[in-house]
Amino acid sequence: MTSTDKRNLRNGLLFASPWLVGFCCFTIYPIIMSIYYSFCRFDAITKPHWAGMENYHNLLFNDPLFWKSLWTTFYMVIFGLPTALIFALFLAILLNQKVKGLALYRTIFYLPSITPVVASSILWMWLLNPQIGLINYVLRPILNGINTLTHLSLAVPGWLADPHWSKPALVLMGLWGVGNTVIIFLASLQEVPEELYEAALIDGAGATRKLWHITLPLISPVIFFNLIMGIIGYFQYFTQVWVMTRGGPEDSTAFYALYMFNNAFLFFKMGYASAMAWILFAITLVCTLIVFKTSSKWVYYSGETK
Amino acid sequence: MHSQKNQGILHSIFVHGLLVVVGLTFFLPFFWLISTSLKNDTQLFHFPPIWIPWPLKWSNYPKALAYIPFFTYVKNTLVISFLNVLGTVISCSLVAYSFARIPWKGRNFFFIVLLSTMMIPYQVTLIPVLIIFKHLGWVGSIKPLVVPAFFGSAFFIFLLRQFFMSIPMELSDAARIDGCSEFGIYWRVMLPLSRPAMATVMLFTFIGAWNDFLGPLIYLSDESQYTLSLGLQQFLSQHGAEWSLLMAASTVMILPIIILFFFTQRTFIQGIALTGIKG
Repeated sequence: MTSTDKRNLRNGLLFASPWLVGFCCFTIYPIIMSIYYSFCRFDAITKPHWAGMENYHNLLFNDPLFWKSLWTTFYMVIFGLPTALIFALFLAILLNQKVKGLALYRTIFYLPSITPVVASSILWMWLLNPQIGLINYVLRPILNGINTLTHLSLAVPGWLADPHWSKPALVLMGLWGVGNTVIIFLASLQEVPEELYEAALIDGAGATRKLWHITLPLISPVIFFNLIMGIIGYFQYFTQVWVMTRGGPEDSTAFYALYMFNNAFLFFKMGYASAMAWILFAITLVCTLIVFKTSSKWVYYSGETK
Repeated sequence: MHSQKNQGILHSIFVHGLLVVVGLTFFLPFFWLISTSLKNDTQLFHFPPIWIPWPLKWSNYPKALAYIPFFTYVKNTLVISFLNVLGTVISCSLVAYSFARIPWKGRNFFFIVLLSTMMIPYQVTLIPVLIIFKHLGWVGSIKPLVVPAFFGSAFFIFLLRQFFMSIPMELSDAARIDGCSEFGIYWRVMLPLSRPAMATVMLFTFIGAWNDFLGPLIYLSDESQYTLSLGLQQFLSQHGAEWSLLMAASTVMILPIIILFFFTQRTFIQGIALTGIKG
């Protein structure tokens, strides 16, 4: 090792030391302890008691609410996430049409994303109020119109008060918060080379084919990124339901993160909650791997690495 | 040729029309928030809804702010946000400098470790970290919400490292020949050149800390230490039916963030685009 190498090693470790220390104290050690706790009965006050596989066994075989919270979370991944991504892409494509007042629209779409979640959740409780909320006020005449035309008897949804409508209400609220994704999509759309569209125009390609054969393939890495971030995000979905529903009605919005929080901090079942955290880790890992494995089929990386 | 031009105009009208409709829809909740915050009880439950209440009931604001120790909450939130920004900027820039500019043995290995920590859900470390803070006697103080920031966050380290890599190595070499120490290069060459990236990190950290709910919910127990998020949530559970007051309190919490956004739009937009594309 030359003296330069030594100096570099010393300086490198010195500069990286905040993270290295933090990594040991706030990542490695907690991970080891979390594995240990997940095999224990532990109430955070008395010492952990070794319990073997008990927590995992109970979660998988004796806890219907665990499965329900898993399904609730997957509901959002399966329905909420694609809806939000398609909507965000649609808005980004609209904004990419060389529109006037781009900065204004971008601001309007983005503002909900930086609104404090507690505040926006309270606002949406008010908007979604079944009797006097703005959304049902707009919806009521539309449904009445449909009813008179078709002799159906559609009623306005009860949204957060109705176990069948509580999740769609959250999907709807999620659409209002897509601004972040819109801006990421817009930035990637602006990087698609103009020549490709011109070439396609000469070849006589229509708007749909341009979208399908040029735009989507070229921005697929960004779609991929947002998909993974979205999956991880829904498994950490907490504040909205804590503020708006506390998991109700009938546990229809008891998301995984909320149920884990309740186990840890309401029932003081720290071991049980730790086991939930590891099952969550395994699930996100599997989901991410699936997306990664299939990505070679639908994600197109233009030749920057070649 | 003529028809193509007409088609262009039609297309443009269609796009703008759609944008106006969607834009108004996005803005409507904010309008409704402010409108509700200025209503009295009759206007609140009036049918059909009143869009612009008259007279405006400004007294909802002082009343809402008197229900909770609002200015204490603002102060607490500001202190926590500021310390988070400070800690994150110092620690992340130092670590990013190490990963971007110093060729030390083992650097690549540790960089991969850093990236892989981003895949670990926060729930995994949540409970053991709480137990650590409990042993330190820090639960019930703002320390657990502030101290971790001084140990760096993987995401911002990554972001700054990417930025530092794009600064020509020759600048560092020239400074080194002039006798600059490694810290001197970091302080006098890299930091002044990285203002845009640092601004992005500061903004995101500030907003993140200002909006954080779970952290304060777990660690703070005394009302005098509450942050705005926690205070607003408590307001909801105590005065859940007083919608005008709730909307007034929410408006006051959202307003600083919106003002901050208007002054820093460019940094914001570039920052998000950067995180999305490089990520």
